[in-house]
Amino acid sequence: MRVTFPHMGTSHIAFKHLINNLGHEAIVPPAPSKRTLSLGVRHAPEFACIPFKILLGSYIEALENGAEMIISSGGVGPCRAGIYGLLHEEILKDLGYDFEMLIFEPPLRGLLDFIKKIGRVIRPTRVSWPTFIKVFKTSWQKLIILDETEILSHQIRPYEVIRGETTRAFKEALTLIDKAETRQELDSAGQAAEMLLRDVTQDRSRKPLRIGLIGEIYVVLEPFINLDIEKTLGEMGVETHRSIYLTDWTRDNTVFDGEKDIKNAAKPYLNQLIGGHGINSVGETVLYASNGFDGVIQLAPFTCIPEIVAKSILNRVSRDLNIPVLTLFLDEQTGTAGAQTRLEAFTDLLLQKRRNKGDLDATGIFGN
Amino acid sequence: MQQGFLGIDVGSVSTNFVILAEDARVIETLYIRTKGQPIKTIKAGLQHVRNILKGKMEIIAAGATGSARNLSGIMVGADIIKNEITAHAVAVSRIIPDAQTIFEIGGQDSKIIILRNGIVTDFAMNTVCAAGTGSFLDQQASRLSIPIEDFGKMALAARNPVRIAGRCGVFAESDMIHKQQLGYNLEEIIAGLCEALVRNYLNNVGKGKEILAPIVFQGGVAANGGIAKAFEEILGQKVTVPKYYDVMGALGVAYLALRNYRETGITKFKGLVTADYEFIAKSFECKGCANNCEIINIHQNDSLLARWGSRCGKWEHLDH
Ligand code: SF4
Repeated sequence: MRVTFPHMGTSHIAFKHLINNLGHEAIVPPAPSKRTLSLGVRHAPEFACIPFKILLGSYIEALENGAEMIISSGGVGPCRAGIYGLLHEEILKDLGYDFEMLIFEPPLRGLLDFIKKIGRVIRPTRVSWPTFIKVFKTSWQKLIILDETEILSHQIRPYEVIRGETTRAFKEALTLIDKAETRQELDSAGQAAEMLLRDVTQDRSRKPLRIGLIGEIYVVLEPFINLDIEKTLGEMGVETHRSIYLTDWTRDNTVFDGEKDIKNAAKPYLNQLIGGHGINSVGETVLYASNGFDGVIQLAPFTCIPEIVAKSILNRVSRDLNIPVLTLFLDEQTGTAGAQTRLEAFTDLLLQKRRNKGDLDATGIFGN
Repeated sequence: MQQGFLGIDVGSVSTNFVILAEDARVIETLYIRTKGQPIKTIKAGLQHVRNILKGKMEIIAAGATGSARNLSGIMVGADIIKNEITAHAVAVSRIIPDAQTIFEIGGQDSKIIILRNGIVTDFAMNTVCAAGTGSFLDQQASRLSIPIEDFGKMALAARNPVRIAGRCGVFAESDMIHKQQLGYNLEEIIAGLCEALVRNYLNNVGKGKEILAPIVFQGGVAANGGIAKAFEEILGQKVTVPKYYDVMGALGVAYLALRNYRETGITKFKGLVTADYEFIAKSFECKGCANNCEIINIHQNDSLLARWGSRCGKWEHLDH
């Protein structure tokens, strides 16, 4: 069967591996583009948030490319993302596409349902459960290496001497990881990826600002929507740390509760689930503040209720813990120019703050 | 010859120039409508500056800000290219050093900047709502057939401003028409509109911000006495409109250019002769992928001066 799935950052490389090795054919959704967005906007309800629109657009593109099954994930808590999968299915069926939709809810919320759905994926190709587990493990490993490589790229970019070199090295690294099939190949691809990035010409005397990125998972993970914020800030000489990686997310919702720290950190300000990543946004800001970050940027889809609630709480967190927070609401109207202005002004603010503390070497290209 | 420093602020509505003397005194300010033609306006401004100075003063360094800061900065060879928020904060902290809050309302954009001990600690800009900006007032003024220049005076003459729903421009408009039909006089309605705009601004842009005095109010809309008064009444605090309220961005980058020159002695400024150069902006749509980026090329006379607009970085090198 030809199977597709949402495009989120670099994860498609691992998902492709998984699907192909289960005897299906992966239809990798094209990276979201203007076309994806306009397809999504055209067929989605106007007040749906931007992740909904982009996902819808990318499903259409994948279906155009011959996908017969869409695998997606559900949502947790009181956030409308929980019904998005169903709504997508309805809209796409109304548009006349013929396909099957499998929506995976986080396994801890219904293990049986989860296993049944996996059965649905592996039965047609007669893949045994042990093989499934083996393939799953390699894909998981791939996902971890992808995340590690990406984390490293964000750490190196603010030191790069030639603008764009890190991004080029990162793209090369992704190709290597994409090609690796076995565990051994993966290990060496991971090492080669690391070498490629470490080889980037760097000026280690810089003292970059450190900014934590928080917010709704899809807009944080998908650079097309967040205006390439990590690359933009990195090239402005800022080191970014992203709170969410797919590997944490999956881990948190599958086996053990690694989100405990975040929830504990949020507790003084918010002690109940408000859906989406709302509670995470609060907790992560507290953690960034206590880890000495210069600032936090919250990325939120326009009209996203959990993030709006978090934003109003963040005002107080920011004041109490003395950490500046900038919120960027994103939707199809968001222009790059406006976002650029805000980002520049925010880094100016952080630089001045550091200099006031007596750190005159703090770097950022706007430091004048 | 005396040395002067130039600040240029090119926004979507207006283009402003400020000239400073070596001792940071303001020599001249200039306010032109951009009318969607930034290149033409910048050249006209430079031409004007040249006529005023007539060889009595030589401009040696320049700074650029505003939404077209990259374009204008590249055209004139600016030493400093800064975002509007920082530029405004710099200007205010030079004129009113102890200011803690800045309200800025322009034609399309409005913002709030929070300063503590002279440094920016927080800021916000309006997002999608234009009901807290100058264009809202322009629209309502034309609906009432009142020249916008008279708006402020009329608002000040009102005794009991009528309450108008200002959450959104569309509601405000229908509510205003309704109040007109109820027989309120024009002054009261206009004062009500000013209050509606201020409430909208405070709720959208100023929400969650700690508004402390001294408060500075600037931007094109600050010319309107009705708005300043509405701010004072709603906040119960004094609001100061600085002398150069409508060119603060240009003033800020002029200061920065001056400071930069003092500190480094280096300048990239190409001189006022830039007014005579031919600049052409050409754009094309890249078909390299589904993003179809609009790539903009800026030519000076016959050579390619700058290029931007690609998402992927493909067009970053000029010799492409
Ligand atoms: S500039 Fe790059 S991202 Fe933009 S359309 Fe061309 S290839 Fe695509």
